[in-house]
Amino acid sequence: MAIFVDEKTKVVYQGLTGSQGRFYGLLNRDYGTQVVAGTNPKKAGTDVDGVPVYASVADAVEATGATVSCIFIPAPGVKDAVIEAAGGGVKLIVAITEGVPAHDEAWFFNKLKRDFPDVQLLGPNCPGIISPGKCNIGITAGHIAKAPVAGKPNVGIVSRSGTLTYQALYELKLNDIGVTTCVGIGGDPVPGTSFIDCLAAFEADGDTKAVMMIGEIGGSAEEEAAAFIADKMTKPVVSYVAGVTAPAGKKMGHAGAIVSGGKGTAAAKQEALQAAGVRVGQNPTEAGTLMVEVVNGL
Amino acid sequence: MDLYEYQGKQFFATYGIPVSPGEAVRTVDEAVAAAERIGYPVVVKAQVQVGGRGKAGGIKLADDVHQVRTHSEAILGMDIKGHTVEVVWIELASDIAEEYYASFTLDRSAKQHLGMLSAQGGVEIEAVAESDPDALAKIWIDPVDGLTEEAARAWVAAAKLNPDATEGTVDILRKLYTAYTEGDADLTEINPLILTPTGAVHALDAKVTLDGNSVFRHPDYEQYEATQVRDEREQAAHEKGLQYVGLEGYVGVIANGAGLAMSTVDIVNQVGGKPANFLDIGGGANADVMAGALEVITNDPNVRSIFINIFGGITKGDEVANGIVTALGRVDITVPIVIRLDGTNADAGRAILEPHLSAKLQLAPTMVEAAEAVVAAAGARS
Repeated sequence: MAIFVDEKTKVVYQGLTGSQGRFYGLLNRDYGTQVVAGTNPKKAGTDVDGVPVYASVADAVEATGATVSCIFIPAPGVKDAVIEAAGGGVKLIVAITEGVPAHDEAWFFNKLKRDFPDVQLLGPNCPGIISPGKCNIGITAGHIAKAPVAGKPNVGIVSRSGTLTYQALYELKLNDIGVTTCVGIGGDPVPGTSFIDCLAAFEADGDTKAVMMIGEIGGSAEEEAAAFIADKMTKPVVSYVAGVTAPAGKKMGHAGAIVSGGKGTAAAKQEALQAAGVRVGQNPTEAGTLMVEVVNGL
Repeated sequence: MDLYEYQGKQFFATYGIPVSPGEAVRTVDEAVAAAERIGYPVVVKAQVQVGGRGKAGGIKLADDVHQVRTHSEAILGMDIKGHTVEVVWIELASDIAEEYYASFTLDRSAKQHLGMLSAQGGVEIEAVAESDPDALAKIWIDPVDGLTEEAARAWVAAAKLNPDATEGTVDILRKLYTAYTEGDADLTEINPLILTPTGAVHALDAKVTLDGNSVFRHPDYEQYEATQVRDEREQAAHEKGLQYVGLEGYVGVIANGAGLAMSTVDIVNQVGGKPANFLDIGGGANADVMAGALEVITNDPNVRSIFINIFGGITKGDEVANGIVTALGRVDITVPIVIRLDGTNADAGRAILEPHLSAKLQLAPTMVEAAEAVVAAAGARS
């Protein structure tokens, strides 16, 4: 089992005809993902290395039965692309694009909630989602992830950072631990999918026995996740929070990674997580080691 | 992007928010000329992006030309908490009956816009929030709906302002919300928002932070890029398009990815070192980007060793290693470098680096070991 996406998932790529969309869309197909369509209103009827291109997400959904859209559209077009995807009938939208204005993100988050309550958005500014061995949507290098092994304790990963997601997948692979699904929720101020959405899905997934959660400075998503873990989770959670020593008032690469007015510090997040029973590593490797201990104890 | 007060007021004025007539100037003579045009009394205000200007002597009332000269001479060039005053804002002084506070920002937790209004303005709003939370009237606004006049009215009533200020405040709040949303601001704040003895309401200060991601639809925001406060190192990195934050220490840090770069800074601290910077070179990590990053790092005289932390994903370790070798050939580096290279094709990448290794260029297998080695290397030279 996996959460959100698996081997049956059919994916349409908005922006497949662009350089990024083509590069990652075809890599995703090589991995085994069912890359069934691309969209481009000016190139409908053509194809990208055999993947048919349709004028709109609605056309692609009708022709192929796609249930997920992956967005590689440049930032100025993401707002329209998200609404087009939701209106077009997909159930999950994975927005990889970085640099989307925060006001656009706040707007389409609330628009989806109101007009398309059944549609889930992941991102923007995220690496995407991979259910190792089954489906890879986005920019994660599939071969650094170990597929889940039947009869063994497999874990789920949820992360705000791209490279630390890869690091986590890799640490688990080195330790021979399989991953059911790894979700990169992205580093922006208004992520479509939250830690809590993923934790709840992992809690409900029979094959996921523990969860690795990677946070970073800024906002209060980790504190909210800690409250959820304390109240609702029975499965063990291991965490790492990046930016312990980040200076206040400076954006550390990600738009959402900023300590402001004494709020959003890594220390406060670590404390909240520890109070919720989460084992917190001081660096990615330590978190990996803690996960090995957790898995060995299962 | 943080705006100076004068830029914020000009920004407000374009959305019809009443501000005092004023001019931004860089010299004493310009200050005098501006005051003569505006009329007396004027306020001479230091333009720095840091709080506590008034207490530091950076805001002075001037009744005549002599006082404008004296005050602007004192304030121009003044150091306020490490910020040198290069611009003063000369504006017509206002009579103040009451001082309020108003702002809009994004509530990341509620995923809606948050408006805050208080009858207690002119002071640190965090202090009001702590000592008297009821004095802060809050409103959460769904971005799809926006701020209706009805909602603005109810919000102003909840803040218990002087009834004379109601109409003017409702009007300003709606314009401030428009400035916040249409202007793609992370923050628009007026503190104080004042009521004058004649019943007018207007913005006596302006604090505005704009979203750098929105520049594609606000080409005029390029002007603010040029006035951002950056130290020399940050400026050099910015010109090369690198994500760089200057820190106080002596270990230069280069990593691919924001999370990994933050993590690298953390781990250097954890093993007892002090990082000189945060630098994310992104996923690609080719020779040009690496060379640019090394140039920025080595221009910092405090740097005594460099930690290159690369995780190969789509970009393979051997490609990154070739990039590092090429970059090292192009940039003259005297301090020791420790590289940690892991992920896709890491073995091939390490093999490429192998023939170049020396006491000045080490390879470490893990992040922790690399951090220990780079901190030791920094100490050995000092």
